[in-house]
Amino acid sequence: MTIHLSIILWLPAVAGLLALLLPSRFARWISLIGTLLVLAYTITLLADYDRALGGLQYVTDELWISSIGVHYALGVSGLNLVLLATTAVIFTASALWTLVDEPDHGKPGIYALLMGLAQTAVLGAFLAQDRALFVIFFDLMLVPFYFLIVIWGGPDRTSAVLKLFLYTLVGSLLMLVGAITTGVMAADGGQPSFLLAELAKTPLGSTAQGWIFLAFALAFLIKMPSFPFHGWMPDGYSNMPIGVLAVFTAILSKVAAYGFLQVALPLFPEAAVEYQELLMIVAVASILYGSVMAFTVDSARLVLGYSSIAQLGFIVLGIFALDGRGADGALLQATNHAIVAGALIFVVAMLARRTGGSEKLSDMGGIAKGAPAFAAVFLVLSFALLAMPGTANFVGEFMILLGTFTSKMAFAFVAAIGVALAAFYALRLYVSSMHHRVAEKVNSFELTLREGLVIVPLLLVVIALALYPQFALSPAQDATSKALSAAQQVQNSDASNTTQGAAR
Amino acid sequence: MSFSVAAAVPAAPYIDWAGLSPLLALLGGAIVALIVGLAGPRAIRTQVVPLVSLVTFAAAIGCVIALWGQSIVLIEGALQLDPLTLILMLVICGAGIISTLLAWRDQAADEIAHGEFFSLMLLGSAGMFVLVASRDLVTTFVGLELLSLPLYILCASRVRAERSLEAGLKYLIVGSVGSATVLYGFALLYGATGQTGYSEIAAAIASNGLATDPLFLTAVAMCTVGFAFKASLAPFHQWTPDVYEGAPTPVTAFMSVATKAAAFGVIIRLFDVALRPAAETWEPIWVAIALITMVVGNVGALRQPSMKRMLAYSSVAQAGYVLVGFVLVTDLGVQAICSYLILYSLGNLAAFAVVIARERETDEGDNISALRGLGSERPVLALVMTMAMLSLAGIPATAGFMAKLRLIEAAAAGDYAWLAAVLVILSVVSLAYYLPVVATIWRGETEPAADGAGGVPVLAGGAPDAEPGRAGWELTLIGAVLAIAVLVFGIIPQPVFNLVASAARGLGL
Repeated sequence: MTIHLSIILWLPAVAGLLALLLPSRFARWISLIGTLLVLAYTITLLADYDRALGGLQYVTDELWISSIGVHYALGVSGLNLVLLATTAVIFTASALWTLVDEPDHGKPGIYALLMGLAQTAVLGAFLAQDRALFVIFFDLMLVPFYFLIVIWGGPDRTSAVLKLFLYTLVGSLLMLVGAITTGVMAADGGQPSFLLAELAKTPLGSTAQGWIFLAFALAFLIKMPSFPFHGWMPDGYSNMPIGVLAVFTAILSKVAAYGFLQVALPLFPEAAVEYQELLMIVAVASILYGSVMAFTVDSARLVLGYSSIAQLGFIVLGIFALDGRGADGALLQATNHAIVAGALIFVVAMLARRTGGSEKLSDMGGIAKGAPAFAAVFLVLSFALLAMPGTANFVGEFMILLGTFTSKMAFAFVAAIGVALAAFYALRLYVSSMHHRVAEKVNSFELTLREGLVIVPLLLVVIALALYPQFALSPAQDATSKALSAAQQVQNSDASNTTQGAAR
Repeated sequence: MSFSVAAAVPAAPYIDWAGLSPLLALLGGAIVALIVGLAGPRAIRTQVVPLVSLVTFAAAIGCVIALWGQSIVLIEGALQLDPLTLILMLVICGAGIISTLLAWRDQAADEIAHGEFFSLMLLGSAGMFVLVASRDLVTTFVGLELLSLPLYILCASRVRAERSLEAGLKYLIVGSVGSATVLYGFALLYGATGQTGYSEIAAAIASNGLATDPLFLTAVAMCTVGFAFKASLAPFHQWTPDVYEGAPTPVTAFMSVATKAAAFGVIIRLFDVALRPAAETWEPIWVAIALITMVVGNVGALRQPSMKRMLAYSSVAQAGYVLVGFVLVTDLGVQAICSYLILYSLGNLAAFAVVIARERETDEGDNISALRGLGSERPVLALVMTMAMLSLAGIPATAGFMAKLRLIEAAAAGDYAWLAAVLVILSVVSLAYYLPVVATIWRGETEPAADGAGGVPVLAGGAPDAEPGRAGWELTLIGAVLAIAVLVFGIIPQPVFNLVASAARGLGL
């Protein structure tokens, strides 16, 4: 069966354009149909991808900008297979939310177009097999979000969005310089190439790797966000409309995590080993800082924002354990967190409806009374967030910690505290909103049919992943080991150079 | 009594008239425009003169296309027609066409008289041709003055506006200082090398080992400073915001693209050809100028309420980016400069088209507040401005991004990756002034007209013509075409890169 990745990639943008051009009363429907088509296509991909064969499949490769040597190269591998489907799920949920749950906020055509462009850019970043193309899509992702926030955002949107843009673009444009430099240097006067497949053959000298790797790492850490680079997050999260925030928190951070595995590690194995501990320190700091902040802030939205910092810290930790299990766990956790965090963002919006519009935990309480089904849904999602045994999040975090234990035990001990802290903030979010005394403003009601339409499918995905995490894990294993192989080789040769037989 | 007088007179130099055709077209057009401008009926003056200007620029472009790919030396080594000249002439004449349309119904052309306005624009363009094509110090200076003098007048062409006169005077004074500095530099250069031809100068520097000669170094310094004035590079840029703001907006648009292209053309040719043997001495200076220009331009543009001032500082910053391509002294660097000038001018001119439209439609002039609510009021202009700002900021999928990509690639290949990193960081700073414009357009819901009828509230006692003027369809058209070009070249940049592929062929890099 031939699957054209270009169709998946451009379909959302085309749907968005149609939504803009056709009468605006159809816009939300067209947007939903577009995301559903992409979802169907990615599910076909999941079924059709030859797991036994592994590797890169459905490759599209055209020379795009011949003067510079940039290729329009797309492909599906074990690394991005599940993330593509996750992207489709979240964007579909967001389109559905906009259609059924949000009041008309004006200009639905433009909204649909921007969401379509956003999805195209995200899919492009996941699919790109040329790192210049990856960087271009990575930068492009931000543009639709700028407009989405400027037009439909909260009261401080202008300054919030500027902060978001400045933070994230510093990283990603430096990454662009890094990406171009690697290609030009590897070409050594000839025609540069940025194809990921070709670069493995001509790795860079170790001297150049250092700063370019750091540029990539900075870009990814800002986008996630990770602890010292999260300055844009509180304002950014507070001012995003719900449908946009769900996508942003669920998917964009995962592009960054994916970037580490897809681009940074294979490209800069020596630098990855050299800076392994630095990144693990950042990861652990993110876990602790995010968890503590998530436990203290009053805004339900920011509880999720800070918990994302912590969760993404786990993912970085898993990747930079430079151990197969850690990376597998990180990739699984990327999918888990995307679905759970996306769903919880919608839950926050639903909570706000029951408290007269406030997202503050201090205005909530006793919402479970009169909304048992809603409470049940929320509870399951909270358990998933805190990685209760039995959920796929548990499997993910367990594998991450296992990988970290084998490579850097000290980090694993500290990170394990984060697992306990997750239980604190997840349960605090649940208990203080759903239980306790019924707060003044609270006017609770049961999960409506429309809310259920959005949240129940996401819940089903969470349960499905919990029952069969292997589905997401199995294609990843081969791919992560490939992504790590270069770095592990460097590590092994270092180890055998210093102490005999210390290599794993 | 048939003395052979002819034998005593040196043979007249051979002149390749075909090679000079772009210059001749521009000069001829300038004369025709001046004559037509004397016509009695106002309709002829206001409609035919701009048409003459359009036709002339189009004819010049036609000549450029006919000469495409040639590499010839004209008039005994005074001028050189090579791909660099032709590419830059394409930019200049393209900017000429667009600026003519922008100025078509402008107040300025009315105040100074149409014949003069458009013929000065054509004369200035002729000067730009001489400047970018010159390969001799004397022709360079002739070109420089032929370019500058018409522009001094054009800046002051809104003779009834104080600001415009001030801008013209300021530009005249600062420009003259720049010209004088260049001239002094040229004199010293001639003194040091004994030559006026560029390649002869290069040969003299190499053979006499002049690279450390104090006289020669003084000459290089004066040339650098003089051209930095002309190209408005920091720290010699102070005139730019005032002149850009005060000059009639179509003239500002023309200057920001055409003058810039011409200035970089002559800088490339003078330094990369004549002074290349001494590249090690002047390269660090230009690197420093590039850095200062990028910083000053980007910082200066922050929080400017006037769009024209903001675009002036932005053009300073953009000139700094172009210098990154220049200091490399490589083939790729020159190609990157040419593609940058082409791709950047699209977004820049689009921005000016919208500014002019709003100047005519509202009474807020070029203030950024004139753009408030544009998204719901004039969606096409709003989209044009958005694309222009994104392109100037270098966001992916716009022409400006591809221009920067090319520069970064050239810098990386020329071992100046750190300069590319600085460029990128400063272009992030530039987002802090480009994006608020976009935000103003799309978020600023002005108080909607009471009944949503969209009518302009009638002022008490206002005569029918007191309501804000109409922008004119040509502005929307130009803006839309340029915005589409920004998007198309942002996705398919290869045609532009092919166009400039041979840019450095005549330089011997």
